[in-house]
Amino acid sequence: MIPGTFAYHRPTTIGSAVALLIELGEDARPLAGGHSLIPLMKTRLASPEHLIDLAGIDGLSGIARSDDDIVIGAMTTQHSLIGSSLLSELAPIIRETSLMIADPQIRYKGTIGGNCANGDPGNDMPALMQCLNARYALTGNEGSREVLARDFYLGAYETALAAGEILTAVRIPVPAAGHGYAYEKLKRKVGDYATAAAAVMITMAGDTCMSVSIGLTNVAETPLWAEEAGRLLVGTKLDEGSVASAVAAAEAITDPASDMRGPADYRTKMAGVMLRRALERARSRATA
Amino acid sequence: MNEQVKIDLDRAERTEKLQGMGCKRKRVEDIRFTQGKGSYVDDLKLPGMVFGDFVRSPHAHARIVSIDTSRAKAMPGVIAVLTAADLKPLGLHYMPTLAGDVQAVLAEEKVLFQNQEVAFVIAEDRYIASDATELVDVEYEALPCIVDPFKSMLPDAPILREDIKDKMTGAHGPRKHPNHIFEWQIGDKQATDDVFANAEVTIKEMLLDHRTHPSPLETCQSVASFDKVKGELTLWGTFQAPHVIRTVVSLISGLPEHKIHVIAPDIGGGFGNKVGAYAGYVCSVVGSIVLGVPVKWVEDRMENLSTTSFARDYHMTTELAATKEGKILGMRVHVLADHGAFDACADPSKWPAGFMNICTGSYDIPVAHLAVDGVYTNKASGGVAYRCSFRVTEAVFAIERAIEVLAQKLSMDSAELRMKNFIKAEQFPYQSALGWEYDSGNYHVAMQKAMDTIGYKQLRAEQAEKREAFKRGETRELMGIGISFFTEIVGAGPAKNCDILGIAMFDSAEIRIHPTGSVIARMGTKSQGQGHETTYAQIIATELGIPADDIMIEEGNTDTAPYGLGTYGSRSTPVAGAATAVAARKIKAKAQMIAAHMLEVHEGDLEWDIDRFRVKGLPEKFKTMKEIAWSAYNAPPPNMEPGLEAVNYYEPPNMTYPFGAYFCIMDIDVDTGVAKTRRFYALDDCGTRINPMIIEGQVHGGLTEAFACAMGQEIRYDEMGNVMGASFMDFFLPTAVETPKWETDFTVTPSPHHPIGAKGVGESPHVGGVPCFSNAVNDAYAFLGAGNIQMPHDAWRLWKVGERLGLHA
Repeated sequence: MIPGTFAYHRPTTIGSAVALLIELGEDARPLAGGHSLIPLMKTRLASPEHLIDLAGIDGLSGIARSDDDIVIGAMTTQHSLIGSSLLSELAPIIRETSLMIADPQIRYKGTIGGNCANGDPGNDMPALMQCLNARYALTGNEGSREVLARDFYLGAYETALAAGEILTAVRIPVPAAGHGYAYEKLKRKVGDYATAAAAVMITMAGDTCMSVSIGLTNVAETPLWAEEAGRLLVGTKLDEGSVASAVAAAEAITDPASDMRGPADYRTKMAGVMLRRALERARSRATA
Repeated sequence: MNEQVKIDLDRAERTEKLQGMGCKRKRVEDIRFTQGKGSYVDDLKLPGMVFGDFVRSPHAHARIVSIDTSRAKAMPGVIAVLTAADLKPLGLHYMPTLAGDVQAVLAEEKVLFQNQEVAFVIAEDRYIASDATELVDVEYEALPCIVDPFKSMLPDAPILREDIKDKMTGAHGPRKHPNHIFEWQIGDKQATDDVFANAEVTIKEMLLDHRTHPSPLETCQSVASFDKVKGELTLWGTFQAPHVIRTVVSLISGLPEHKIHVIAPDIGGGFGNKVGAYAGYVCSVVGSIVLGVPVKWVEDRMENLSTTSFARDYHMTTELAATKEGKILGMRVHVLADHGAFDACADPSKWPAGFMNICTGSYDIPVAHLAVDGVYTNKASGGVAYRCSFRVTEAVFAIERAIEVLAQKLSMDSAELRMKNFIKAEQFPYQSALGWEYDSGNYHVAMQKAMDTIGYKQLRAEQAEKREAFKRGETRELMGIGISFFTEIVGAGPAKNCDILGIAMFDSAEIRIHPTGSVIARMGTKSQGQGHETTYAQIIATELGIPADDIMIEEGNTDTAPYGLGTYGSRSTPVAGAATAVAARKIKAKAQMIAAHMLEVHEGDLEWDIDRFRVKGLPEKFKTMKEIAWSAYNAPPPNMEPGLEAVNYYEPPNMTYPFGAYFCIMDIDVDTGVAKTRRFYALDDCGTRINPMIIEGQVHGGLTEAFACAMGQEIRYDEMGNVMGASFMDFFLPTAVETPKWETDFTVTPSPHHPIGAKGVGESPHVGGVPCFSNAVNDAYAFLGAGNIQMPHDAWRLWKVGERLGLHA
């Protein structure tokens, strides 16, 4: 619980942060809210020699609409996500999910960018971003590029971030009006990672499912976008048979670790239960 | 207003002003704790203080081939690196445990559990110390390990304790195997076997009280400061029993006891974890003696959970014999006790399984037999009493689960079965089959009150409906009703039953009244959050008629406090609380003589009235305790020694036996295994109630820990002996969000042998709570034929029960 020695840097521009990252190489890590990285450092599972705190850089936080996207700055805290009227109106699932992250003290510090960029399979935002088909703005010394959340995660703590790149913003296509949504998370206690969780976005026409997108949290080394499960539901009336096949399809792509939250078979089944419950709740909320 | 009303009002006002026994006095210590102004060991900063940290074993069982400290010693800021080779010439590479075993301070030839202490690095700051631990190069040769205690005594089991392998008689008699620690038997075996052979109904179940950890919020820590000129050692530490620590340090270090000053400052929770001695204490002392500067050692959370004393790991094969009508005829228990690598069980009784022989519970069971086998495994050592008296949670768990198993076999309501077998009020003092004399109890009344308050009959009716609805597929929820009726045994204890390394288990109080009538009182106990500064003052307030706010309570400094055995096993109120009352009564007796002198009457003409002595029949002629105090110093009666103070060392004549009736209503989601406690009702009888608010707080805390233990808290090991989940990320420490709402209630059956009739309460809720939760879970699944469901009852395990029973689609 005693971290190794590190140098602390606090650049004021994204350019200088990127320059520092490139100069210091693999021994440097960007620091956002610190709620994933610092616990790793305390247990010495991570021992970066340099921390580049992004808190001093202007313009990295905020929530705004830009044409058909919602743009959220990387340093926007979970507390701000919860308080945003724009998100409550356009994408309330972000608020619902944020409220299930840890506790208020942590949400004052934890950021969407850190949560998405760290590649920790236990984080809640990555699967949600896959569900919402978000794009991540990655800034390096050759400018900025966009990567789909669905393409970003390569393994546990392994992402598409190239050396010297910083995730600076998240762009989320504005969800359709009247959509239904739900984030269902099974956890042992406040502050624990999910045993399993499911994010569902759905649109309905009458009692027919027109579109559905499903993200699964903490049931594999990466967040999972359950594409096949979603496909099985489109055009159905979400009858028991279709839901059962979708749940089976979602369970089939999971590959959870056995840990104190439960053995792998339990966590797979819980992904299914969470999906089933999220689908029910999302459908009840869809108004179209 | 008539004269009598005036007198009554005046007396009520004077009583209220005292804030004595029975009133909900606010905790005085909370003024500093709620402001962050407590003073803990880690707050201590001394000039020149340096810091220690441990190199720990990654293996559960391995031979140490070599230890090379040269790279660590070469690191700037590193002052010293201690290994067993440094401690051995001092005879300190092993230390005695409270259970008569020895425990390695730093591993010499072998490591016996993961994270065992191998070397102690001392550096100028905490960070350098931690960095340098990574530079100590230890070469290990891994050995096969034992994690399952049932495999410890197999003929081909690897021998764990080579240091004692030829010593086949341990502290508690002969050892049957090199990995065997002791066997303890009590009760009439033949008579018990006979009852079982002829009984109409018997049940037998292996009940596991799994391995968990007391996990106080403040970890274990110490600061040792040796003054080479004076030859004196001051040791601050997280000690539940500071005086015992001083005596032990004196015995093992050779320093005379008066040159050792042990100070336990504010302590952030103990729950049994801070009774024993740890390698860190010894290494900080040795470090300071060698270096001549203060050495601080502060454990981190993972070290606390994975190396300091665990609790339980009791595998209890429990049998009951009964008639078809449900009259219990006999009990037979065999325990396999996993003590880990060393028997560091913090058990001050004379027996290696503490008070496990309270396992006949609240029932009139004519014959019983108990046998306990202790074994070594490659796990952290301990076996402490986690918020309970020694092995009492285990004992109560065994009997309260077994009663449920029997009720099911008899197809009888388990509340009715309990009622049928309770010891009756007129049977007290009651001699139990396993040797205890229960002081007082009124079980039927308590149980009936509890059942009436929660509406037991209606709840069973609701449950019957829900079970039908579940069978029809209308709900996916199972309703469980958990009952536990516990009898504790606390207040260690009479010298015939208890000692620590030969030190009898008395406790003490020293009360000194100042000339102006304010008081300082010092005790041999040590609060870790129990509220002693509040409650002892209330006892004195009532006994001596001095407002509690004018009484300061001090504990924890061995130079100033009278010798005592510390705080654990709910012993503070039963033992030091009694000492406090007795010391106060000595003072009162002297005060009466002084008052008689002041009022120029005979002592026998005086009567006590709340805060004063008054002349019988002349209530306007009186002297208050405050006035008497002034006279005691300045104008005592002729030939009387001035001053007003007293000391009492109290050896209790018997243990006290608090009891209670607990009910838990639980709803379980079969699809996730998530259990929600809908209602929890706790009726406690702790005898005389000193401060109802503190009792309620103790009950809330104890129930919360019981909830944690039953519903998911565990220290688990994989088959390689790797400790799993030794951080608060994984270890289940419930927050306010998960914790159920508690309903508390009480009856009052005073202890007949205690000066104020108090019995102790801090641990009852834990002892009674654990089986109550487990019974609720077991009850929920019982109608589906689930059989015994072992703790901990976390969601995945309950889901597995559903899988086994085919409850999932």
